[in-house]
Amino acid sequence: MNVYQCLKLALKSISGNKMRSFLTMLGVIIGIASVITLVSVVQGFSDDMVSAFDSIGTNNITVTLNGRGGNMNVKPEEMLRLADDNRDLFTSVSPTVTISGATVKYGSSNIMSVVYGGNEEYAKIKDYAVSSGRFISYIDTSNRNYVCVIGTYVANELFGTSNPIGKILKINGSAYTIIGILEEEGDSTETSTDNMVIIPYSVASRLARNGRITSYTYVAADAESIEPAKTVIEDYLYDIFEDEDAYNISNLSALVDQITELTDTLALVLAGIAAISLLVGGIGIMNIMLVSVTERTREIGIRKAIGGKQRDILSQFVIEAIITSGLGGVIGIIVGALLSTILASLLGVSGGVSVSAVILSFSVSVLIGILFGYFPAAKAAKLNPIDALRHD
Amino acid sequence: MIELIDVYKIYDEGENEVRALDGVSFSIAEGEFVAIVGKSGSGKSTCMNIIGALDVPTRGTYKLNGTDVSELSDNELATIRNKTLGFIFQQYNLISKNNIYENVELPLIYQGVPASRRKEMVINSLDRVGLADRLHHMPNQLSGGQQQRVSIARALAANPPVILADEPTGALDSKTGKDVMKFLMQLHESGKTIILITHDNSIAECARRIIRIHDGKVISDIANVPKPENLE
Repeated sequence: MNVYQCLKLALKSISGNKMRSFLTMLGVIIGIASVITLVSVVQGFSDDMVSAFDSIGTNNITVTLNGRGGNMNVKPEEMLRLADDNRDLFTSVSPTVTISGATVKYGSSNIMSVVYGGNEEYAKIKDYAVSSGRFISYIDTSNRNYVCVIGTYVANELFGTSNPIGKILKINGSAYTIIGILEEEGDSTETSTDNMVIIPYSVASRLARNGRITSYTYVAADAESIEPAKTVIEDYLYDIFEDEDAYNISNLSALVDQITELTDTLALVLAGIAAISLLVGGIGIMNIMLVSVTERTREIGIRKAIGGKQRDILSQFVIEAIITSGLGGVIGIIVGALLSTILASLLGVSGGVSVSAVILSFSVSVLIGILFGYFPAAKAAKLNPIDALRHD
Repeated sequence: MIELIDVYKIYDEGENEVRALDGVSFSIAEGEFVAIVGKSGSGKSTCMNIIGALDVPTRGTYKLNGTDVSELSDNELATIRNKTLGFIFQQYNLISKNNIYENVELPLIYQGVPASRRKEMVINSLDRVGLADRLHHMPNQLSGGQQQRVSIARALAANPPVILADEPTGALDSKTGKDVMKFLMQLHESGKTIILITHDNSIAECARRIIRIHDGKVISDIANVPKPENLE
């Protein structure tokens, strides 16, 4: 008996007992659908996180100086020279000063904004571009010019349609000349990244709490340079402070790795839980196949009496189990794909079921059919034809 | 072609042993029409199971076409049942979920006959029993006599040399039963070896030879002149 005959028989038997077949499949459907949904949602979440970090820059190395006993021995010029001396490892560096909650005033209107201090490389590091005017220059930082580059929210709020370039802004009471406007980064709302002002770090340090620059962003030349670059910084700072707690060197790629690892573990745990329902589904199939073998004992007897071999009976029942569970798998994949799309849009993460997940789930469901269908099928194949024929 | 030599079939060997067959020997040549007659419990069904390669003897030798069947594996027995023997059962034993065509096709499928030839063979076989117009009926849509004719068509489909009929008239009314017997006699005339197992002497009278079994032993084995007038 060939596979085509077995398929025909299996489909006949499944469609002859539609309700029962569906209930039998349900375990596999639920199992596969939950594996697909959980894995794809977690994967989408993880992808979003990673790409978010990627946009910040995984090659960025952030150095924070705490000083030792309030004593700060490193000047910004020295920190910048460190990068200049190792141009094979670093592409750029900027001091980073953040002053949140600064009052930005023009004429009679004023807004609250975030002020960042950086150097001429700050735009490159943060991947900002100027839409009109220019960015802060080396001259601006070294001469401590009171100039600023503003985000689109600031420009729209304070100047409306008139051109802000050349106008004078007051930030926390000091006057700054606007030299450039950034391209829109977010959606130009108050809470977006467009609500910001960038000024030379040398000026910003005066606005900061204690006048010190404690944070630097280095950009490593490539992923391979990250570790040696960190070592260079570490060696340099340890020579100065002789205390590892005086500074902190961090890099996002390590964090991204951790997040990926975490979400992978999460996906694995969730998939494991879903796999338990697949196991239950498999047992359901085995149970129904056993019932089916008992119900069809006489049929099996007839088949054997007229020349059906053990192999024929075995493949008939195994293929029936495979079809049942494979069909359940296909339905489960469809349900899972729909569910994950809905969930992804509800949770606001990127969805999408990977081809490998589909292939894997289908193979698993077929495997379940073979695994749990084999025992009942073997039982059927081994039936004694005389006893089977006598069975009512 | 069929040769039983001192065949024993013993169940529960030991204290409560039951000797279903207790040293049975006979042989049946090609083209014979033999009735094996006995009361219920006489061992005739066991005898049929062994001749039908559904069972193997506990002791003794059963040779079919010179092959010692008692030595064969399950799969080899299945092949013999498929190619050499055609079964006709008392309860017809059609597969209720399959239509007439599919029922008759089954032995051909197990034999591996290609689909293109199967169709012709099935229709041919159903034509011989006069049911070629009922291909797509289900068994339960037919009368008992018609179902038995389908089971005869199934037995003939693969064109086996031997037809084993186990109480073929047992579930039929006497007129339909007689029709079935007439058909078996025709088959015999066309050259088939027919082995009929029955408890009914009047049915057995259709055969050319009658073997009587009692308590697992052959008590008589005589030639018989068929009395087809019984069937009128």
